[in-house]
Amino acid sequence: MTERFASTRTIGAAGVALGVLAFWLTVPPFTIRAHAVPVVVGLAALGLGFAALAQGERRVAGFALAFAFVGGLGGLWAQGVDEQTLKDVLTAGVLASTLRFATPLAFAAMGGIFSERSGVVNIGLEGMMLTGAFFAVWGSIWSGTWVVGLLMAMLFGGLLALIHGIFSIHLRADQIVSGFAVNLLALGLTGYLFSAIYPGGIPNGEVSRVPTLGLGFLDSIPGIGGFLRDVFGGLSLLVWLMFLVVILAYVVLFKTAIGLRIRSVGEHPRAADTVGISVYGVRYAAVVTSGVLAALGGAFLSIGFVGTFSENMTSGRGFIALAAVIFGKWRPGWAFAATLLFGFGFALAIPLQREAGISANLVSTFPYVLTLVAVAGLIGRSIPPVAIGRPYVKQ
Amino acid sequence: MSEGPEPEAPKTGFPRLSVLLSDRAGGALVPLAATVLAFLIGGLVVLITGHNPLTAYRAIFNGTGFNWVFPWVTGEDRRRAASDLQETLRIATPLMLTAIAVAFAFRSGLFNIGGQGQYWIGFIGALFVGTHLHGAPRPLHILLGIAAGIVGGMLWGGIAGILRATVGAHEVITTIMLNWIAIFGGQYLFELGGPLQGSNASLPRSDVIDGSSKLWVFWGTQFSGLHVGIFLAIVALVAYFLILNRTTLGFTIRAVGFNPEAARYSGMPVRRSYFLALAIAGAFAGLAGAIDVLGYKYSVDTSDFGSGVAFTGIAVALLGRNKPVGIFFAALLFAGLQVGTSSRHLDPDIFEPALASDLSTMIQALVIFFVGADLLILYIWRLRRYLRLNPPKAEEPVPL
Repeated sequence: MTERFASTRTIGAAGVALGVLAFWLTVPPFTIRAHAVPVVVGLAALGLGFAALAQGERRVAGFALAFAFVGGLGGLWAQGVDEQTLKDVLTAGVLASTLRFATPLAFAAMGGIFSERSGVVNIGLEGMMLTGAFFAVWGSIWSGTWVVGLLMAMLFGGLLALIHGIFSIHLRADQIVSGFAVNLLALGLTGYLFSAIYPGGIPNGEVSRVPTLGLGFLDSIPGIGGFLRDVFGGLSLLVWLMFLVVILAYVVLFKTAIGLRIRSVGEHPRAADTVGISVYGVRYAAVVTSGVLAALGGAFLSIGFVGTFSENMTSGRGFIALAAVIFGKWRPGWAFAATLLFGFGFALAIPLQREAGISANLVSTFPYVLTLVAVAGLIGRSIPPVAIGRPYVKQ
Repeated sequence: MSEGPEPEAPKTGFPRLSVLLSDRAGGALVPLAATVLAFLIGGLVVLITGHNPLTAYRAIFNGTGFNWVFPWVTGEDRRRAASDLQETLRIATPLMLTAIAVAFAFRSGLFNIGGQGQYWIGFIGALFVGTHLHGAPRPLHILLGIAAGIVGGMLWGGIAGILRATVGAHEVITTIMLNWIAIFGGQYLFELGGPLQGSNASLPRSDVIDGSSKLWVFWGTQFSGLHVGIFLAIVALVAYFLILNRTTLGFTIRAVGFNPEAARYSGMPVRRSYFLALAIAGAFAGLAGAIDVLGYKYSVDTSDFGSGVAFTGIAVALLGRNKPVGIFFAALLFAGLQVGTSSRHLDPDIFEPALASDLSTMIQALVIFFVGADLLILYIWRLRRYLRLNPPKAEEPVPL
């Protein structure tokens, strides 16, 4: 059973890879100019997708079909665009900025997975990110070091999540209402404190930023060294921390007893309670974890990237992270893949607007449309944890 | 009130919270207590940051125009108050409608966070009619604009409704996604080079709607006065009440909201009612957008799409407990807060408007928290001893 499952998945994954290849071969550095190439490779990817579909692996098959379709069409589109434009749009820099766009989303998405896997809906991710963004700046200015900034972000993000926890776990308020209020509270509070503490705006150069790791040694790798350096050579420490968090989230949730508890509380709290798991305890821990992680995502925006804070600077990223959680079916790996996909979309938006005249606003709708398609069940249904959104009453 | 045992407390089991609360002050207790509590905590924040909360609140109140009702406000003050009140009522209008959009769906057990998207689609629909249909007589032009808004909102709500009814996609998720699609899509339509951009090619904004599609202004001047949209909102509140309480559709929707399984077993079309609830909810939000554009905004700029009028609508519905009268007063409260804290109305020497508008956001959040958690209010009212969530066994004496 498991063997068969794995092989089906491999077929689907190969389909995804071929779909990417269909596009990749037509752009620099390869720039193959033949309509047949994206068509043939794309069709092969489609074939693999259908093969996987036939064996019942709907999600991977769906991804393979989507990639085959988009990759093939993208490849055909690239045939009609001159090489210089392609070079300007698709640079190694785009991949690096994909990672930068994906990092805050991935932090928040991992947080969202913890909370929602334990059965607490968290639409307050946005507010928790915003809180993290503000207190990271505040801590970093106050102490002069970004380490304290990160700690403050985590502390206050966790506190805000604790409020969400108290209201949705103990007080049994509607979790969506509570999450909504968390967002408003964070918006008001950070805006208020920002205006009260920094009436003249954040002073230039006062913020201690998270260092970037200059990985110069990548250059010495033969062949692809230059490319690797361009992508990975100048990333913030937080990006690397994000990779770690994604791996940890997967390991904790699916390979440890703690993860089993979190998931059991989210699927069947009564059963978990009967075997002696503290439902409230696990849920509080999961919700606070989500706040801490989301706040790290916010901190990346402020002290990891731009080095300042502005009112409502998260501007909906928490909701994109939420979309990634759902799109990724409440699984860390898939959710991370979704944040990369969304991040790639954002990274492409600016060069596409500049070079090809495609509206950045239009490209920005892409994560939301994809998620809508995903929940509609077209790429394999996204089925949430069973007990999500339901307060648990002890007996 | 909070001291001493309640004489008429039931002896066995526990009265449902809602019963207990609606017995007191017609269900207004929790919203009122929540509001007072929120203002108290907000005042605390003001105090901590070194301002006097009383003078701040007083200044905010004077900016709302509500002091117009006091007979002792005369002369220049009265004129000012009238103009402030016009603005407050103008802001309250879409809040009432977007609140109905939340409340209506809520009664069928659905949480419609999509008022924002439905509002903007309605707004764009009415704007399109206002700018592209020339030469129609005024009542017809206005009617068509409003119809376009309603249809637009209905469409946007209906997408979420169809997804809920057919594949069971959770409406919170779909409406959030639809919000952002509407916001970015709207920005795309009116951006530089966008398909609906106005005749000035250097500005990312639409044309101004024709004069024949503008709503009548009945109090104050053409540009800052109060238009007839407020009456439409009140009519909508009445319609909301009538649809829910006097029609078969409303009965079905309430039954489904109360217990979908029971409704299904008694043969009610649960799925269809989910779809209709969200579509009709969308229609109300779309109407809000149409009234805003035909009433006083007249055009749109891409930067406008950030405003969160429908998010405030959610707060209004929650505070108003989904009741028409509650929504009316909650909308006035939040509209007043918004107007009273705007930089145009608040003297920066008394209290920074930048702080005040964030303060009002915070107060909104706190109100929602407290309204959403009856339990908390009850703890505060020292009613905890009556809170036995599991009815004790009949033989056991109930400690009072």
